[in-house]
Amino acid sequence: MQRIYQGLRAVTLAGAAMGALACSGSKDAGGKGAGDAIKVGVYGPFTGGSSPMGASMRDGARLAAEDINAKGGVLGRKIELVERDDQATPERGAQVMQDLVSNEKVVAVLGPINTGVALASYKYPMQARIPLIINVSAGAPVNELFKDNPDNYVFRIAASDDIQAEMIAGEAIDTRGLKKVALLCDETNYGQNGCKKMTEALQKRSVTAVSVGKFKIKDTDMTPQLQEAKQKGAQAILAYGIGPELAQLANGMKKLGYTVPMIASWTASMSNFIDAAAANGNGVQMPQTFIQEGATRPQAMSFIDAYRKKFNADRIPSAVSAAQGYDSMQLLAMAIAQAGSTEGPKVKAALESLAKPYEGAIATFDKPYSATDHEAIHKPQVVMGVVQGGKVTAPAGAMAAPAPAAPATKP
Amino acid sequence: MSDFAQLLLSGIALGMVYALLAFGYSVTFSTSRTINFAQGEFLMVGALVGLAMQTRLHLPYLGATVGAALAGVALGLLLEYAAIRRALRTGSTATWILATVALGIILRNAAERIWGTDDLPYPGPFGSDPIIVAGVRVLPQEILVIVVASLIMVALELFRRRSAYGKAITAVAADKDAAALMGINVGRVMTFSFIVSSVLATVAGVLVAPLTLVSPTMGTLLGTKAYAVAIIGGLQSGLGGVVGGLLLGLSEQFTARYISTGFKDTPGFLLLILILLVKPSGLFGKRTVRKV
Repeated sequence: MQRIYQGLRAVTLAGAAMGALACSGSKDAGGKGAGDAIKVGVYGPFTGGSSPMGASMRDGARLAAEDINAKGGVLGRKIELVERDDQATPERGAQVMQDLVSNEKVVAVLGPINTGVALASYKYPMQARIPLIINVSAGAPVNELFKDNPDNYVFRIAASDDIQAEMIAGEAIDTRGLKKVALLCDETNYGQNGCKKMTEALQKRSVTAVSVGKFKIKDTDMTPQLQEAKQKGAQAILAYGIGPELAQLANGMKKLGYTVPMIASWTASMSNFIDAAAANGNGVQMPQTFIQEGATRPQAMSFIDAYRKKFNADRIPSAVSAAQGYDSMQLLAMAIAQAGSTEGPKVKAALESLAKPYEGAIATFDKPYSATDHEAIHKPQVVMGVVQGGKVTAPAGAMAAPAPAAPATKP
Repeated sequence: MSDFAQLLLSGIALGMVYALLAFGYSVTFSTSRTINFAQGEFLMVGALVGLAMQTRLHLPYLGATVGAALAGVALGLLLEYAAIRRALRTGSTATWILATVALGIILRNAAERIWGTDDLPYPGPFGSDPIIVAGVRVLPQEILVIVVASLIMVALELFRRRSAYGKAITAVAADKDAAALMGINVGRVMTFSFIVSSVLATVAGVLVAPLTLVSPTMGTLLGTKAYAVAIIGGLQSGLGGVVGGLLLGLSEQFTARYISTGFKDTPGFLLLILILLVKPSGLFGKRTVRKV
């Protein structure tokens, strides 16, 4: 018995020591004096199933910071990114956000990817009055926050779940003229929020899904969910999840000989979906703000070139995340330059009233934000991409949506 | 009808994977009364080693399976030497539990360092085209899992019951001291049982990998579920693992299909609690009276 207690004590001590080490990171408050670097926080999942998005977003932001620094930085100071891995878990996200805000004293934060992480962490920059530009998470509340926080510091540059759900439902019901659809969503905040929004978008068209199924992260056998959809005669699968599980859905459909179209959240453009689904992924459609293949805008092409050179990757693991990461950093730098200061309230005010249009990788943003609208992406900037031969391509033919080159329209 | 048969088949395939891992738990438990809580991570290492052999060394699937089995032998030796032998000498239960859990964490982190954390597809030997039998569509890999898992378990049971060495294992399981007095090298029998258990896990990894995706975290959930299966079936019984595995695999599939996908895991774990309350030694467990 004595020995067990000794063992337990040793384990507890070791744990405490590790905790202490983890906390004793950089405590020095920096980034205040002129000439010091301007610290910008970047957080996202750099490990795990969401990592293609997190790492691409981070690399996009790095690329933008380098471009800005090469031109002399902002306000005569260099941009320094402070990167933190949130491991796609809400608790970890809240921790790293507090670290960024309180210890690192960053002037703004870019990220995150996962809706759960955004929900757990957005209140810290709000309290500290520094801008948070959400550059990937689609389900996080942004404009909804105005109700309880008139002084809203949360911005987004990504296609929200509202836009995506609307486009997915529109593709199935309006464009393809289908009557029966099945919803399959993962069990995370992200998936369930998407499921809710898709149900609403279907209701607007007086359609009720014939089956609504769930799956867990790391689920590998989707037979029961797909069997149910198949038996109920669903003519399309509308899915909300991340790459690996969406791939297992596509593979399961192939196994069951269930050859209906699959229309999914934008995450079906992730490299781990494309690789794991291989040929079974062909034809899967998803809303995209940025498509690497066949990009025609000069800013988009030079962004892709720069990304390829710097990171030695022919295919960007998640091109959408990379482009949004890049543009979020550029917009922030413009706002800081316009504000002439790194103080949160001033940067926020500048973001809401950017004087110059920004020629970004995604689109040309002319006054992307206002005091009442913190969404930079609206429906005209989003197109339906389709997976074909290991790549995401813009849809061919006359039904193609307007090119995303059109200037941002205000709602 | 084909709907039912379809679920039956995929439930059986899933259940056999649980059974293979649960069998591994029972092999070590019967000789040393310890359980390797890193069993799920061993499965993951098997799958990743197999993947590396196929993509880097361009070995065929069978070669990769042999490679994974060899990795299993190495892991079994390491496990027995580093985590179990010392713990048993001191007679502390906490030590081997913590040591095997720690080994699992170390393996997972090491795999993340080497292979990254992404989910990777595993190229199976048969591709992804299903075979259609009487309206039921089944992947050749699923059939392979069912057949190979059954063969392995039957062979091991026969070995345990018929061969001299197998009887030595049973003897050690029954009474270590008496077995030693009868001239059985107890230490060697135990090492052997850990090797068998580890090889089962790594080979299971290569077997399931083409159906699942491969990542450093792939074994965690499988390991936990197989542990539940081992408890349901009875840790001492080989047959129990098979029955428990099938029960869990089928209950998951049918609940997800006919009740709700959200409740998929509920019946299996309810059964686990019920078994622990009513028959703690498991469905097929023999109640053993320990005299000391």
